Amino acid sequence: MARYLIRRILLAVLTMFAVSIVTFLLFFAVPTSPAYVMCGKQCDAHAIAQTEHRLGLDEPTYVQYGQFMKGMVAGRTYGTGDLAVKCPAPCLGFSFRTNEPVTDIIKRTVPVTVSIVVGALVIQTVLGVGLGMISALKRGSVFDKTAVGVSLVGASMQIYFFGPILLLIFVYSLHVLPNPGYTSPFDNPGQWFTQLLLPWATLGFLNSAIYARLSRAQMLETLSEDFVRTARAKGLPKRKVYARHALRAAITPIVTIAGLDLGGALGGAVITETVFGVNGLGRTAVQAVNDLNLPVVMGTVLLAAFFIIVMNIIVDVLYSVIDPRVRLG
Amino acid sequence: MTATASSAATSEVQDDRPYLEVDDLRVQFKTEDGIVRAVDGISFKLERGRTLGIVGESGSGKSVTSLTVLGLHNMARTRVTGSVRVNGREIVGLDEEKVRRMRGRDMAMIFQDPLSALHPYYTIGRQIAEAYLVHHPGQKAKAKRRAIEMLDRVGIPQPQRRYDSYPHEFSGGMRQRAMIAMALVNDPSLLIADEPTTALDVTVQAQILDLLDDLQREFNSAIIMITHDLGVVSRVANDVMVMYGGHAIEFGSVDQVLTEPQHPYTWGLLQSVPSLRGNAEDDLDPIPGSPPSLINLPSGCAFHPRCAYRMIGGGPCDLEVPELLPTAQEGHVVACHLPENERRRIFAEEIKLGAE
Amino acid sequence: MSEQTFEPGSQAAPTAVAPRSSSPLLTVEGLAKHFPVKQGAFGTKALVRAVDGVDFSVDRGETLGLVGESGCGKTTTGRMVVKLLEATAGKIVFEGRDITRFNRSQMRALRHDLQIIFQDPYSSLNPRHTVGKIVAMPLQVNGINPPGGVKKRVQELLETVGLNPEHYNRYPHEFSGGQRQRIGIARALALRPKLIVADEPVSALDVSIQAQVINLLRDLQREFDLAFVFIAHDLAVVRHFCQRIGVMYLGKMVEIGDRHQIYEEPAHPYTRALLSAVPDVTKIGEKGRERIRLEGDVPTPLNPPSGCRFRTRCWKAQPKCAEVEPPLLQIGTGQQVACHFPETGPIA
Ligand SMILES: Nc1ncnc2c1ncn2[C@@H]1O[C@H](COP(=O)(O)OP(=O)(O)OP(=O)(O)O)[C@@H](O)[C@H]1O
Ligand SMILES: Nc1ncnc2c1ncn2[C@@H]1O[C@H](COP(=O)(O)OP(=O)(O)O)[C@@H](O)[C@H]1O
Ligand code: SF4
Ligand code: SF4
Ligand SMILES: [Mg+2]
Ligand SMILES: [Mg+2]
Repeated sequence: MARYLIRRILLAVLTMFAVSIVTFLLFFAVPTSPAYVMCGKQCDAHAIAQTEHRLGLDEPTYVQYGQFMKGMVAGRTYGTGDLAVKCPAPCLGFSFRTNEPVTDIIKRTVPVTVSIVVGALVIQTVLGVGLGMISALKRGSVFDKTAVGVSLVGASMQIYFFGPILLLIFVYSLHVLPNPGYTSPFDNPGQWFTQLLLPWATLGFLNSAIYARLSRAQMLETLSEDFVRTARAKGLPKRKVYARHALRAAITPIVTIAGLDLGGALGGAVITETVFGVNGLGRTAVQAVNDLNLPVVMGTVLLAAFFIIVMNIIVDVLYSVIDPRVRLG
Repeated sequence: MTATASSAATSEVQDDRPYLEVDDLRVQFKTEDGIVRAVDGISFKLERGRTLGIVGESGSGKSVTSLTVLGLHNMARTRVTGSVRVNGREIVGLDEEKVRRMRGRDMAMIFQDPLSALHPYYTIGRQIAEAYLVHHPGQKAKAKRRAIEMLDRVGIPQPQRRYDSYPHEFSGGMRQRAMIAMALVNDPSLLIADEPTTALDVTVQAQILDLLDDLQREFNSAIIMITHDLGVVSRVANDVMVMYGGHAIEFGSVDQVLTEPQHPYTWGLLQSVPSLRGNAEDDLDPIPGSPPSLINLPSGCAFHPRCAYRMIGGGPCDLEVPELLPTAQEGHVVACHLPENERRRIFAEEIKLGAE
Repeated sequence: MSEQTFEPGSQAAPTAVAPRSSSPLLTVEGLAKHFPVKQGAFGTKALVRAVDGVDFSVDRGETLGLVGESGCGKTTTGRMVVKLLEATAGKIVFEGRDITRFNRSQMRALRHDLQIIFQDPYSSLNPRHTVGKIVAMPLQVNGINPPGGVKKRVQELLETVGLNPEHYNRYPHEFSGGQRQRIGIARALALRPKLIVADEPVSALDVSIQAQVINLLRDLQREFDLAFVFIAHDLAVVRHFCQRIGVMYLGKMVEIGDRHQIYEEPAHPYTRALLSAVPDVTKIGEKGRERIRLEGDVPTPLNPPSGCRFRTRCWKAQPKCAEVEPPLLQIGTGQQVACHFPETGPIA
């Protein structure tokens, strides 16, 4: 197990390394210079060259990459003499646009995304998995048919369609909810909750449709397994057959998928954040790409990769805990 | 008349009723393609201490019959009529909760594939103890002791240690032993084994059959052995029921059915199996065609499209379903329109079995 | 010690395996396959010795059966012979040519002569191809255009295996298990092979259907003078189909002989135990007969016992059995056995 983890972590570091190189290369494949985007209309060639020099963009790509890596590991100093600015490790640089340290931007936006995503995850697993399981147990009933119908609609609905409708109803017409946004739960938990309720409900509901369908299918498959029949043949009451024997086997693949979903979503719930105008990681990342804001792009991309990789490892370990047949090695 | 498995009555039978009585059992499933008549009017009796072998090709209704005895069908999509009495108690139509209390205690079951029949996430010991706990609530420590005792009894070495093993850590034979331990943990009087050795090697099969023999002698249980292997039946059964297309077509003692069979299908089965004796150069004599669909069973005798002795064209074989009728021999019943003396003549003159 | 090996009455003296006079179609020498696997919590590497030094030969038109308990290496051996698996060690000689290290293109030419039939009639046929396409595939892959065209040849083949030529355009799911197995056989026959490896071709079938397929294979074998390596765990089926039989145990060949030698006078204790375990309808009424009861399971091929691999379950085992591995030696014409203390005489 320990060996396995060490191997996986080394592999993860390698992957992150590769991701950073690819991002860097892609960035420099874009013909427009960030300096041009930054100084806008009143720019002449001289001003652009100056800006490029200030940002270090006139250096060869590999040198820039080397400096970036050095900043990550050991920290880095920008400028010289009086103008020198220290950036301690792990240094991701400064935003080209606002000059704010990228680490600060991430510190500011991560809680936003985490709040949205985890909240929605709770809804989608409780609601989705719950509905799916009950549907499977009551297969063919009115409840099942309704749930299947609703989840079919839900699964084909898009957030950029469903989100604005909810906004219109609850915020602009009924005024029962404040405009979505982010307040730290440590400052004002009530406001944190009410402001995020809409994004949670939207994302959670739409995802729960997918989870309901998945759980229903899993549960139906498990219910037809021989070991469920064995459990009944022992004389176990239905309740125990379902809870102890069927549920545990049916839930395993769902845990896997939920874990991987979580990893992906933590990298930024781009559409949700955009629809509700909340500044999380996803929205920040998209903006940075539009602005050719290299340090911010690097920071957000690496963070997203980090979340995905970590969740992958957690899911694999979890799997081996749930299923004794799985040996990590 | 119903087929009766009642010779040498065993010593400990309290009342004189057979432990299991099945009467005109019919099981139908509603499916998209139509109604599947999986079991269509089956009757038999089984006493404690005796073994009934049920043979037939796949899809002939063997497993459905056994699951019905345990009341394990999904009643929403299944229609069961007729009567199944276990220890005098009617199972068909009985309240689910009451059947549940009987499962595992009065009647237990062993399945074909022990790997898929055991839960992959729980230890062997826990699964056996659970079977005990259902019927003895609260006695956790006793359940564990009992599980270890049963593991020992079915021949698992180091049962104390093996209690904590998972099914995938056992070999096929050990898993089937564990299944047997689980089925017997509550001393049920009726044990149904549905192809318990089909997935096993012959050497391991022999061990398992020996074990079932020993256990039967020890606990005086009634056993239903479902299999498609006539060799297995000949080795363990006292009585044999041959099934075809959801019907019982021949029933009798193992000697009657396997050495003096009177039904053309039974002849066909016996001539199909290669044997360890006789002339290996001879071609086998297979039954032509393949088993029928239970949704659309042939008219009259369901076997008639494959039967070499059928009487059709005015004859009864494609028109009337033959009834299971007694023969000159006590306890031997056969469902075939051929007159008995004709069947005896054909068997004596035309049917060669591997042994000859 | 050697005087213990044979009963005084026995005529045959042990000799090393002598090459047979007429050159066989297939000869296999010291064939082995070791699968590397990771084991335990630390992923230490270990070797599964699935097949561990097996010798046998098959003559033209001869049927050799391979029997033994699950996991003894029958399938692995069969797959190495048709080169679906690369052998770890040993030599496979087909028609005098060493094909052990043949590459893909060399193998393509050999596919004409060497075919395989699989156990599972459901998963071995592509569900999206018609029967015609499935059977024609080997012809097309090898660029063969038989006289009268591919379709005519395929329809002939379907007829040969007892299917209706009109089934040409149907899909596998429209057929029963027995019919699917016939399709697999037609495909194997398409190139008129000299040797067919059949891996449990009838195990998944019902008794009545099984008998139909066995009869079909026997007819084809006579008609086309086919040689077979016939893998099965059912000893009665093998007796019926095979002229010679090899008994395997834990990756080793423990006994080879003709039908009479193996079924009437087997010399290896394991062969006797296997036969004794078969429940046979014809043994009815002999319930009291003494059977050999083998204890326990086959040991793991990760760590086979020293010396004779059967010694952990053998009732005749002596100290020598743990120390010296018994070689496969000739006793009597054509019968070879790997045991220090072989049995003699007919089965009780
Ligand atoms: N790819 C593989 N990796 C590791 N071990 C393998 C592999 N393939 C086969 N083995 C092992 O090799 C041994 C022989 O396998 P093989 O499939 O040849 O047995 P068999 O005699 O055909 O058995 P059966 O009667 O069950 O078909 C077994 O212990 C098996 O687990
Ligand atoms: N739950 C079910 N729904 C529909 N058909 C079923 C069901 N269970 C069994 N059958 C059908 O009933 C017939 C008898 O099945 P079974 O008793 O399992 O045969 P076997 O004799 O091989 O044990 C088969 O045709 C099978 O497909
Ligand atoms: S009733 Fe007719 S068709 Fe059926 S088994 Fe008897 S002879 Fe054959
Ligand atoms: S060599 Fe020894 S252990 Fe092996 S089979 Fe012969 S007698 Fe038994
Ligand atoms: Mg069955
Ligand atoms: Mg195999």
